[in-house]
Amino acid sequence: MDASKSRPAPAGGESTVARAGVADFLVRRSRFRPAEALPWIAAIAAFFIFPSQMVLGGQTLIMILFALSLDLILGYAGIVTLGHAAFFGLGAYGASLLITDLGWSEPVSGLLAGALIAAIAGFLSGWLLLRYRGLAFLVLTLSVTIMLQQLGNLFRDFTGGYDGIPGVNVAPLFGRFDYDIYGHTYYLYCLGVLLIVFYCVRRIVYSPFGQALVGIRENIGRMNALGSPVHWRLVVVYTISAAVAGIAGALFAQTNAFVTLGVFDFDQSAAVLIMLILGGAGWLYGGFIGAALYMVLQNELAKASPEFWQFGIGLLLIGVVLFVRRGTLGRVLNVSRLLQARTQP
Amino acid sequence: MTAALEIRNLRKNFGAIEVANDINLALPRGARHALIGPNGAGKTTLVNLITGRVRSSSGQVLLDGDEITSLSQAARTRRGIARTFQVNQLFRNLTVLENVYLAIGERTGACNRLWRSAGSEAAVIEEALDHLQSLALSSDACRPVRELPYGRQRLVEIAIALAQQPKLLLLDEPAAGVPSSESHLILDVISRLDPNITILIIEHDMDVVFRFAQRITVLAAGAVLTEGTPDEISADPRVRAIYLGEKREAQHG
Repeated sequence: MDASKSRPAPAGGESTVARAGVADFLVRRSRFRPAEALPWIAAIAAFFIFPSQMVLGGQTLIMILFALSLDLILGYAGIVTLGHAAFFGLGAYGASLLITDLGWSEPVSGLLAGALIAAIAGFLSGWLLLRYRGLAFLVLTLSVTIMLQQLGNLFRDFTGGYDGIPGVNVAPLFGRFDYDIYGHTYYLYCLGVLLIVFYCVRRIVYSPFGQALVGIRENIGRMNALGSPVHWRLVVVYTISAAVAGIAGALFAQTNAFVTLGVFDFDQSAAVLIMLILGGAGWLYGGFIGAALYMVLQNELAKASPEFWQFGIGLLLIGVVLFVRRGTLGRVLNVSRLLQARTQP
Repeated sequence: MTAALEIRNLRKNFGAIEVANDINLALPRGARHALIGPNGAGKTTLVNLITGRVRSSSGQVLLDGDEITSLSQAARTRRGIARTFQVNQLFRNLTVLENVYLAIGERTGACNRLWRSAGSEAAVIEEALDHLQSLALSSDACRPVRELPYGRQRLVEIAIALAQQPKLLLLDEPAAGVPSSESHLILDVISRLDPNITILIIEHDMDVVFRFAQRITVLAAGAVLTEGTPDEISADPRVRAIYLGEKREAQHG
């Protein structure tokens, strides 16, 4: 209390002992917790335990990255979209055309090109569309993605149409590491990119800006009353999310050495949403659990029944949404408590 | 002296329905002004018109002599208008501290920063804790708002508005829904507010109004019926008729 003489006197004789501790919880929650190493240890362990599955592993990491980008807007800012494949697709085409049309095959700059194109599209479409919310936004994002796909089909000389662009062959990573048919280099490449992007997203989420996003999600009307530039906040996070989705798309094109207009499919937007719901939105690790589960299940179910695998995914999703509190598998596994920022000290 | 808040010939209509009909009002700086009237008189609508949440059809709103009629809600907030809501508008899943943090972060621009951690904004946190302390909310700082009793939630509602450091504070039935055993806590807080803040309060409880307000405006059917000191208002037969009439209707319905 002696340090706070200049402050207004406490009403009702409240104890100020807790003051330091109270502030501490906001400070502590952004620190890394030991349990947060688990997903990364698992990803590295998978590399050594399942060396023959690294193609699937790489694709899973890409979907985790894609789901992470969706979590940023859905889980934190509360924006529900059915058009996130647009940014994935633009990233994929950006990285591909850089190689096939411009002959620039350095992989990391390919990612940046994908991120940039997706970010520009995210900024423009976000600026226009984020005035709408709910169902209107859902339909608008869906429509824009379909229109992009059709534009791609119209200019098929440029995009290759549904036949796609073959020969997206990237140069060795950092000029040194070439790619093997087992996908080992690609897997580590994807893991490195995911780690860097995850670190950035995590910083944003725990920043004052991230706090404002959660405020918008919780009560947009009050944020307006607080004088928050709500629309611009949403445009900014939408642009960042688009850039991350673009990076995921660019990785997808580079690792498959091939891209078609299928990247814009509605299925793609829906799948990433399903992954995030499976793993739980709004705690950063939902994509890890959801995407890994989805990809492995898809792989196994498709082997068992090539035409019927989606039934299994659907059944799982229904089970999660209906029976798991808050619709998250992460909470069933109870790891979220270890990983998630605690809301109470 | 320029009025802290001045309203000139303010009108708002939704089609043929006149919800604000030629309203004039002037509050000097530091005023304690009450707005009363039967349900549907347009009290909350007037607050919405002042804050810019609802756009007026015609007329002017002036803050410290500057016309703000054409400004957005956000711009008016930056000019120093804050309000509380009749029905809680809180960030229910966030802690009490975070609720107040947002108000300060948006006021100071701290929320524009996206690379440093929210917890490293020491100035914002310190100020938030000061506000909580002055409203005796410190002990609940780390509890999610949804877990608090309703009376405490109403205090958070006020804490957020105060954290905006307003020049003009609009209190929309601050004690609504609070059990009478707790409402004195809220009224104590209101009576202790900084005398430099100009306050317009909507309240149904006549005891509160007469204790708190220096002047009272009575609204009925979207128009100003009369304005005066508490004594003048309580002696006005038209005001009594409205309130008695409302009671009679309530008994019938």
